[in-house]
Amino acid sequence: MIVAERKPLAEIIKAIEPYEKVLVLGCGECVTVCLAGGDREARETALALSIARQKAGKPLQIKSHTVERQCEFEYLESARKLVEEADVVISLACGVGIQTMNMYYDEKQTLPGVNTTFMGMPVEQGVWMENCLGCGDCVLEETMGICPIARCAKSMLNGPCGGSQNGKCEVSKEIDCAWHLIVERLMRFNKLDNILKVKPPKDWSTSHHGGPRKTIREDVRL
Amino acid sequence: MGKSNLQKVLESGAFAVTGELGPPKSAEREVIEHHASFLKGNVDAVNITDNQTAIVRTSSIACGKIILDMGIEPNIQITCRDRNRIAIQSDVLGAAALGIKNMLCLQGDHASFGNEPQAKNVNDLDSINLISTLKKMRDEQELLGGDKLEAPLDVFIGAVANPFADPFEYRVYRLAKKIEAGADFIQTQAIFDMERFERWMEKVRELGLHKKVHIMAGIIPLKSLGAARYMKNNVSGMLIPDHIIDRLKGAKDKKAEGVKIAVEMIEHLKTIEGVAGVHIMAVAWEEIVPEIVERAGLLPRPKFD
Repeated sequence: MIVAERKPLAEIIKAIEPYEKVLVLGCGECVTVCLAGGDREARETALALSIARQKAGKPLQIKSHTVERQCEFEYLESARKLVEEADVVISLACGVGIQTMNMYYDEKQTLPGVNTTFMGMPVEQGVWMENCLGCGDCVLEETMGICPIARCAKSMLNGPCGGSQNGKCEVSKEIDCAWHLIVERLMRFNKLDNILKVKPPKDWSTSHHGGPRKTIREDVRL
Repeated sequence: MGKSNLQKVLESGAFAVTGELGPPKSAEREVIEHHASFLKGNVDAVNITDNQTAIVRTSSIACGKIILDMGIEPNIQITCRDRNRIAIQSDVLGAAALGIKNMLCLQGDHASFGNEPQAKNVNDLDSINLISTLKKMRDEQELLGGDKLEAPLDVFIGAVANPFADPFEYRVYRLAKKIEAGADFIQTQAIFDMERFERWMEKVRELGLHKKVHIMAGIIPLKSLGAARYMKNNVSGMLIPDHIIDRLKGAKDKKAEGVKIAVEMIEHLKTIEGVAGVHIMAVAWEEIVPEIVERAGLLPRPKFD
């Protein structure tokens, strides 16, 4: 899923300062699951903004709403009336949803209410971990399903570096060394041979470094 | 062009010695020359660190040229952290054009350690890719992307190994990969845990790797108890056993004890099969190097025409 965190309230308060009618728009997908921008967070945020503005003596007309999926045009139509009534929209969807809103409702500005952090997964209650960078050239078959691009701080193809100690990354003791995990899992499966040959430099052109990407599937185009 | 002095020493079978210099946070040529002056004649080549621990300092190539002008052979360090393959290959050519022949390939400490923690970590290549890039430029006269170089390039390719990092069992295989990629010589992380280093060397010999590459063992003379503790706790990939800390703690003259430990270690390393030399990293304490090499019986350094 795409993981996000709600922006600090003070930042949102500042962003909506010039406006009087605000819509807080949640998304029913990833941000709901990672507890950053679902219906509950949209209601809470709207209430908090309303209180803050009341205290400041500049009352706000604020509404909240949540669409099923903010990153596709077809799910945005249901919010049309609310969007048109508002001066500005605060989106609690990921960066993709926020941009979809700005494209679909071109005449209205949609501002970010979250910081989109990464593609990842919940590893335990309240803890999410990054594990894919979308590099466009997956190597997980060689690294036992542990991504060295996303999970190694240096995105090494021939790791681990000299900073790996006791299974932890040099960047932080909170981060597992991905290469340590890879080596251990390969050993357990008796497949260490997978990484004994030098892996040539990565072709980054399939990633964002090749420029913003677009996928075109002629077989499914109308 | 021809071979570097370090390559000649290592190939002659003599026990080689390299030193290390950390460039200043300034553009003062005299500071570099002052530190380097203690190393002249006492070592076969001097490593110049490349923004070590991600701290911005004068460039390793520029400092390399400055000490070259003093008659000292540089071994410039190149990390993958700050430059992509375009910049690195360009710098390699530039350094070679200035007469620099030894180049050491490293990954580089993460930028979060340094004084620009908001920097983008590049890591386009990894350290093993960097070794094979240099080898390709030298042996095939080709850039990574396949473009031909217009003239041959001489470079003596160095790499690093850390026997004190984990997973321990994999570390020799990683060394083997660096050799496969094209490393001519290896400098290890500073050794304090001699027992672990010997276990690592045993595995190195088992795989016959010491016959394929020149291995230089890393030494850091300890200047004070504080320095030892700092390295133990804050320097990534460094292992300092308690008995070393205790020995310093018990000593009246910490500096003298630090030197004594270093000399004893070098004496011991000389007896280990497969150790081709030592790499002494006395950064900001270069003035102690002459005494250490003298007492370890490493002077005079061999000379070649």
